[in-house]
Amino acid sequence: MGTLTPGGNSNNNPGTPAKDPLAGKRFKTQGFWRTALQQRYLYLMSLPFIIWAFIFSYLPLWGWTMAFQDFKPAKGFFEQKWVGFEHFVELFSDDRFYLALRNTLAMSVMGLVVGFVIPIIFAILLNELRGMMFKRFVQTVSYLPHFVSWVVVAGLVTKMLSTQGGAINDLLVGLHIINEPIQFMAKGEWFWYIVTASDVWKEMGWNTIIYLAAITGIDPELYEASRVDGASRYRQMWHITLPGIRTTISVLFIMQIGHLMQIGFEKQMLLGNNLVLEYSQVLELYALQYGLQMGRFSYGTAISIFNSVVSVILLFTVNGIFKKVSKESIM
Amino acid sequence: MAAPKAFNATRGDKVFDVVNIILMSLVLIVTLYPFLNVLAISLNESNDTVRGGITIIPRAFTFENYQQIFQYEGLIRGLWNSILRTVIGTVFGLISASMLAYTLSRPDFQARKFTSTFLVVTMYVSGGMIPVYILFRDLGLLGSFWVYILPGIVSAFNVIVIRSFMDGLPYALQESAKLDGANDLTIFFRIILPLCKPVLATIALFLAVGQWNSWFDTYLYNGSHPELTTLQFELMKVLQSTQQGGSGQMVNANDMASKMTQISPESIKMAITIVVTVPILIVYPFLQRYFVSGMTLGAVKS
Repeated sequence: MGTLTPGGNSNNNPGTPAKDPLAGKRFKTQGFWRTALQQRYLYLMSLPFIIWAFIFSYLPLWGWTMAFQDFKPAKGFFEQKWVGFEHFVELFSDDRFYLALRNTLAMSVMGLVVGFVIPIIFAILLNELRGMMFKRFVQTVSYLPHFVSWVVVAGLVTKMLSTQGGAINDLLVGLHIINEPIQFMAKGEWFWYIVTASDVWKEMGWNTIIYLAAITGIDPELYEASRVDGASRYRQMWHITLPGIRTTISVLFIMQIGHLMQIGFEKQMLLGNNLVLEYSQVLELYALQYGLQMGRFSYGTAISIFNSVVSVILLFTVNGIFKKVSKESIM
Repeated sequence: MAAPKAFNATRGDKVFDVVNIILMSLVLIVTLYPFLNVLAISLNESNDTVRGGITIIPRAFTFENYQQIFQYEGLIRGLWNSILRTVIGTVFGLISASMLAYTLSRPDFQARKFTSTFLVVTMYVSGGMIPVYILFRDLGLLGSFWVYILPGIVSAFNVIVIRSFMDGLPYALQESAKLDGANDLTIFFRIILPLCKPVLATIALFLAVGQWNSWFDTYLYNGSHPELTTLQFELMKVLQSTQQGGSGQMVNANDMASKMTQISPESIKMAITIVVTVPILIVYPFLQRYFVSGMTLGAVKS
C-alpha cells in the first residue's frame, strides 16, 4: 500500500518497509518534514533564540574584517579600503602593546596560581570544620562578595587601602610595621598584587562550591578506615581528600589555562588610575583606549583578534594535552 | 559515631581544630569588615567622618548622607533604570534559557545536535569589543535602553544548567502527557516548568545579579545619555572622580560630589555603595540553597 500511494495517507510507519528503495528515501524525507511539523512547537521554542544568538554572538565575527581594512564608520562594506596586515604590523611594533601584553600575562598568571590554590585549601579547611552552624555561616559569608559588582569591590578595596582611615594602613601603622601610611593605589609595582588580592577576596568562597561538592562524593569509609589506622587529620587531608578531588582540580585547572588571556578588564579599569597605567593597562583596555575611544576601529579590532586567536590556540593546546594525559576531553 | 572520634582526638587534632577555627574567623573578618566599615561611615555624620577613626560603629549617627544622595536626580534615574533592566532582563533571560533547555532535553528533537553545538560555540568565541560596538551601532542600539536587555538574552551557560536539571526529570511524565494528547507547549508550561522551580530560581538569581551589577555597557554605549544611566555607573563615576591620582579612564565625570557641598565625597561614596549593595544582600540568603546546587549542576555538565 505504501508503495502505491507514497504521497498521501500512508501511516508513515518506518517499520512497514517499502520494497522500492527510492520510495523508502522519499519516505525518509517525507518523514523528516512530518516530524518537523510534529515538532513545530519545539522549533518555535528554539529558532527565535538561535537567530538571536546568531545576531549577537556570530555576526560580530564578521567585524573581524575591519582589522584588514582602513575602516571608516561612515562607509559601506564595499567602499572600505583593504590594507592587509598593516594594522597587525603596526600593533607588533608598538611598545604599548608589549606593555599591555606583559600586564595581561602577569596578572593572569598570578590570578591563575593564587586564585587557584587558595580556594582548594579553603575548601579542604572548610570541610574539616566540626561545627555545622559555624561552617554554614562561613560559607554563606564567603560566597557573598561574588555577588557584589566590581564597582563596589573596587570602592571597598580603595577605601581599605586609603591613606586616610584605610583599615590596612591603620593596622600596619598601629602594629608599627610601617611608620606612615603607604599610598598603595598610587604605586605601580603594587598594582598586580592588589588586583590579584581583590580577585581572591571576591571569588575565593564562590570557587570552593565545586570542590566542596567533589569532597562530598568521597567515600566516608575511606576516612573511617584511615582513622582506625591512626591517621592524623593532616594525613587524611593529604592522602584522602586531595586525591579524592584530583580530577576536579585538573579539569578546572585546564579550563583556567584555556581562559588565561581572557582575564577581563573591569578590575584593571576600576582599580587603575593614571599613576599606575604602566602596570594596569591590559590588552582589552588598550583596545578600548587606543582603538575605540580614538576612533581607530581597525587597530582596536586587530588587538581583539590577537587576543582571541591566542586564547583559542591555548584552549586547544591545553585540551589536547589533557586528552593525551587523561584520555578525556573537557570540550 | 562519636566514640571513635573521641578515641582518635589526639592533641594534634585538637590543635588543628583550634587553628582552623581561628583561620576561618579571620576569613570572616576580612570578608565582612569592609562592608561593615562602609556601612558605619555611611551612617556617620560627614563632618565627623573626616576626623577618621570610624570602624564598624557610627560615632555620630545620622541618615543625612542618604537624604542628600537621594536628592540627586541621576541617582534616582539610575535606580529606576537598574530595577527596570534587572526585571526585564531576568524575565527574558529565563524564558529563552528554559525554552532552549527544554528543546535540548528532548532526545527526539531533530535540531538538537545543531542547537547544542551552535550554543556551545558562543561560549568560546567572541567578536571582541569593537566589532560588537559597530554591530550595536548598526542595529541602532547605542543610546537605547534595549542595549541592556537584548545582547544578554541567550546565554549558553544558563541553558546548560537548566538542561542538565531537566535531564534528571523522569521522561515518562512527558510521554504519558503526550498520550493524553498534550502538545509540546502544554507539556513545557504545565509539566516541565513547575518542576524546574529550583533551577529557575538559581538562573534568575544569576541573571538578576548580572543585570544589577553591569556598568560597562552603560559606560560604553550610553555614557552620553544621562537618562539611561544605571546605579552602578553612577557609583563608578563618583568613585573614579575622587580617586587618588585622578581618574584614568573617566571621560565625562559628571561629578555628583561637586553638586553636593554639604557632605564630603567620602560619605557620598559610602552611602551609594550601600544603596547599590543592599538589594543583593536582601535576596541572597533566601536563594543560597538554590545557587549552590545550580553551580554544581553546571559544573558537572561543562
